[in-house]
Amino acid sequence: MSAPLTSLDRPNSYIGRSVPRPNAKRLLAGRGRYISDLRLPRMLYAAFLRSPHAHAKIVSINTDEARALEGVHLVAIGADLAKICAPWTGTLDHFKGMTSAPQLPLPLDRVVWAGQAVVAVVAESRAIAEDALELIEVDYEDLLAVVDIDSARDAGGPVINPGSANNTCFRAQLDNGTVDDAFAHAAHVVEEEFSFGRHTAVTLEPRAIVADYDPAAGALTVHHATQTPYQFQDLYSRHYGIPEARVRVIATDIGGSFGMKLHVYHEDMAVVGLSILLGRPVKYVADRIESFVSDIHARDHRVRARMALDAKGEILAMDVLDLTAIGAFSTYPRTSVVEGNQVIRLMGAPYRFKNYRASLEVIFQNKVQTSQYRAVGHPIACAVTERLVDMAAAKVGLDPFAIRAQNFIADDAYPQTSPTGYRFEALSHQASLKRLHELMNYDGLRAEQADLRKRGVYRGIGIAAFVEITNPSPAFYGVGGARISSQDGAILSLTPSGEVRCLISVTEQGQGTEAIINQIVADQLGLGQEHVKVITGDTEVTPHGGATWACRGAGIGGETALQATRLLKRNILEIAALILQEQPSALDIIDGELVDAGTRNQRMPISEIARIAYFRSDTLPPGTQAQLTVSHHFAPQGYPFAFTNGIQGCSLEVDVETGFIKMLKHFIVEDCGRVINPMLVDEQLRGGIVQGLGAALFEECRYSETGQLVNGSLADYLVPMPTEMPDIVIAHVETPTADTVLGAKGVGEAGTAAASACVLNAVNDAIAPFDATINSIPITPVKVLKALKRF
Amino acid sequence: MDIEETAVKARAFSYFRAATIDQALDAHARAGDDARFIAGGQSLVPALSLRLQAPRLLIDITHIDEMRGIRREGGYLRIGALTRHCEMLSEPLIAEFAPLLHAAAPFVAHRAIRNRGTFGGSVALADPASEFPAMTLALDAEIEIAGATGTRRVKADDFFLDLFETALQPGELITAIYIPLFKADQRFAFDELARRRGDYALVGCGMLATFAGERIDDIRISFFSVSNTPTRVRGAEATLIGSSLDAERIAAAQAALEGDLAPPDSDEVSPAMRLHLARVLLGRVLGRLGEGA
Repeated sequence: MSAPLTSLDRPNSYIGRSVPRPNAKRLLAGRGRYISDLRLPRMLYAAFLRSPHAHAKIVSINTDEARALEGVHLVAIGADLAKICAPWTGTLDHFKGMTSAPQLPLPLDRVVWAGQAVVAVVAESRAIAEDALELIEVDYEDLLAVVDIDSARDAGGPVINPGSANNTCFRAQLDNGTVDDAFAHAAHVVEEEFSFGRHTAVTLEPRAIVADYDPAAGALTVHHATQTPYQFQDLYSRHYGIPEARVRVIATDIGGSFGMKLHVYHEDMAVVGLSILLGRPVKYVADRIESFVSDIHARDHRVRARMALDAKGEILAMDVLDLTAIGAFSTYPRTSVVEGNQVIRLMGAPYRFKNYRASLEVIFQNKVQTSQYRAVGHPIACAVTERLVDMAAAKVGLDPFAIRAQNFIADDAYPQTSPTGYRFEALSHQASLKRLHELMNYDGLRAEQADLRKRGVYRGIGIAAFVEITNPSPAFYGVGGARISSQDGAILSLTPSGEVRCLISVTEQGQGTEAIINQIVADQLGLGQEHVKVITGDTEVTPHGGATWACRGAGIGGETALQATRLLKRNILEIAALILQEQPSALDIIDGELVDAGTRNQRMPISEIARIAYFRSDTLPPGTQAQLTVSHHFAPQGYPFAFTNGIQGCSLEVDVETGFIKMLKHFIVEDCGRVINPMLVDEQLRGGIVQGLGAALFEECRYSETGQLVNGSLADYLVPMPTEMPDIVIAHVETPTADTVLGAKGVGEAGTAAASACVLNAVNDAIAPFDATINSIPITPVKVLKALKRF
Repeated sequence: MDIEETAVKARAFSYFRAATIDQALDAHARAGDDARFIAGGQSLVPALSLRLQAPRLLIDITHIDEMRGIRREGGYLRIGALTRHCEMLSEPLIAEFAPLLHAAAPFVAHRAIRNRGTFGGSVALADPASEFPAMTLALDAEIEIAGATGTRRVKADDFFLDLFETALQPGELITAIYIPLFKADQRFAFDELARRRGDYALVGCGMLATFAGERIDDIRISFFSVSNTPTRVRGAEATLIGSSLDAERIAAAQAALEGDLAPPDSDEVSPAMRLHLARVLLGRVLGRLGEGA
């Protein structure tokens, strides 16, 4: 028996369908064009000498020998680039009172982290440039390095930025309801101090850039492995004083970004300057060792939090202090305080309570900068909240599912405003919780856990609910003065052959942005998806927009494509109606054919409309001007963010003798609104979960007391690998946003948001019989054994 | 243009491909010992790319036939130094006569590395965290070394001297490793604790025992990732010889590790924790040996 027909069964119905990505075959076949594949005539190669000290004064730099080396074209120090590049400061106006020192491509007189680029060499090959680096002598005078959070906050300790009274970058406070009163009258209070290690993105493709300044035209072209070509067009224009229209940024194929490739890096800014100084193309590709000490890091939080409950387990209040250390500068142009800001605002987000207080303190230290990385702030807020909820459940005597069922905001109670100030349109915590219970066979897992415990096998079960921020409006960056767009633009053309070309401002980094835009355009126009070509990532070609970050590609980019396609379809139908002597409303397009809207009888192929419009306009009624190219912009309105929600669960086994943790299975129920391509959505969830499991179990940038990164290679910095990863079971609840026609929200960060929280709860569940607890991520064998007091 | 223009590279060096052992030794001597032999290159190439090493000459030894092949020779299995890690898994002679190497091989790094890395290279580097150097100790192997003054054989027990320091003199080359043939009255066992499959282990151990019925007549147990060198644990061995493998004996062997091992401090794992893990692992691997592993 066949399943009943659904809307997916009509031709060209691509929204909601798992169709393959048009670019997948090309990339798999090795035909991708990444920055490192790019070779321009007369191109030169840059390499950077890096500081071995975490904090030091530059006394002198001797570059004579390096300059004399054959094949070396330029050796540049801070002062050389400072002459042509305006400094930048990583602050935003809506973060009141935040400070950060001005930055330049290369430092003038002081280094502030180990690995900071100090001198640039440009040569005929990377190898020659590296030979030259070995001939440069830099005389440093060591300064006291500020390494850990405590010493950074010490009154009277070393201060990183001269002229500052202390190492504080930013403080924020939230206080809603009657927190003190709630704690004073609580039947139960749970409290814990958590720590979250630093980690970093480790993209398959490292940062890469080719800057090509043409002095004759006064024009700069930058081929850049970035998520945000428009943002960089603006920045290169303003910091190097080149009119925006003469700056072109091209982001071709990109091998992963995860938020890491949307910040200003000193080397990238330097490479643009080097190209200007030389009037030749200059390439720089970070090697893996450089990536570890110069890509942004993320997390690095210490959170003290408590939760008050009544006797029945109703959550009454939360009180949170988040200390986070961000490196020596705040990153430009998005700052390094967004993560902390989101940590304190996402706390307790799934729950109904109204009394909330939080303090955030963002601190400078002598390490590489931290900034936005996949699921900014979410894993911290989720782990803290969900661990406290589990601790509370144990104290009250409730099952983890029961306490959540009791405290979630009801699915029918939306819209709601959280005590942290977020406005939620519609979430589905209750439905998701119910679905997860069935999906993971929770009762079965608990029975198995009890059985195995009798035999000395310690399994743990953990769950963690989350709220994810997607589809950001100008409230995110625009209001703070950043020239970062929250709108997107698309230009659609019907080609003379009756196909569609879509230029759109959202970008592709491997997640399938181009695939879903293709699906939306093909679906809305009524064409086979093979007849739609999507082009992204070139500021000279595609309209200005926000591009792809913060889970905005599907929700905002997708809606832009949808609305633009509807305009194009309207224009096509108008011309078709003239040709066929019908009303436009009586016609439709299915599978590339003009049809009668009612009967679906074929009238004429769309290619014939295109042929007539482009080549035989003389046959159209006088005064007709066919508009077969449309442009359209869409900026989100209504809710400032489209929040999504979901819940994850996992089962794992702790070897209580070795402290090793074996992941057995992971589950997620997720609600991203309208699902455009289930396969891509599921892979976003899987990839996100694996990144979260990496954070939970493996990834940490470890520093020595003097501020040296001690595990900055892939031999020592452990990323999650397939053998250790569990199967991931996925289910969906769909609550489309009413703010758009498409109804899609973001999904890219949902997996990462709660995976580590889930593991934290499961490990604590596993070791509960030993009266042991863990409150620190990553959860390493060392930490487990210490918690178990095994040695 | 070629890849050299974009890749991060080693400092320039000369390259010589030797056809015979004598050619290789001669080239090394003529370079004034500012040379490195290269076979699989799985440790050397990263060191060159990071410019941690910058020899004037690389001598490619992978085309030297005398260093290839696996064959029985008297009471030994002669394993050519150029034998790749992956061949430890695929060669029937290894599985039959040196099954401990066969058992350890899947734990050696990842497939791509096993496809190129060589047995001789691993033993010559003597990484204290590597599986194979430690297994040569458990197997009572002999290492055949060619040098200017001829060829000699050194017992594994006398080969590993200190961190990355061995009985090899500058310009000498491991040509083969001799493993006493596995016998019917012997049993072996191997395991390691690595956070990810293929990583350097936090601790690992392999053992070869000769049994008379259920009584252990002789046993050699070797650990890796516990010291500056691969390490035999003679105290633990002594507690086991002459006994059968019951819980009490295993506990005694575990206790003896405290005298056998003094793990160095590392930034992640304290000496006490490493010793604890070594005890747990020894107990588990001995348990498996008792079951006839």
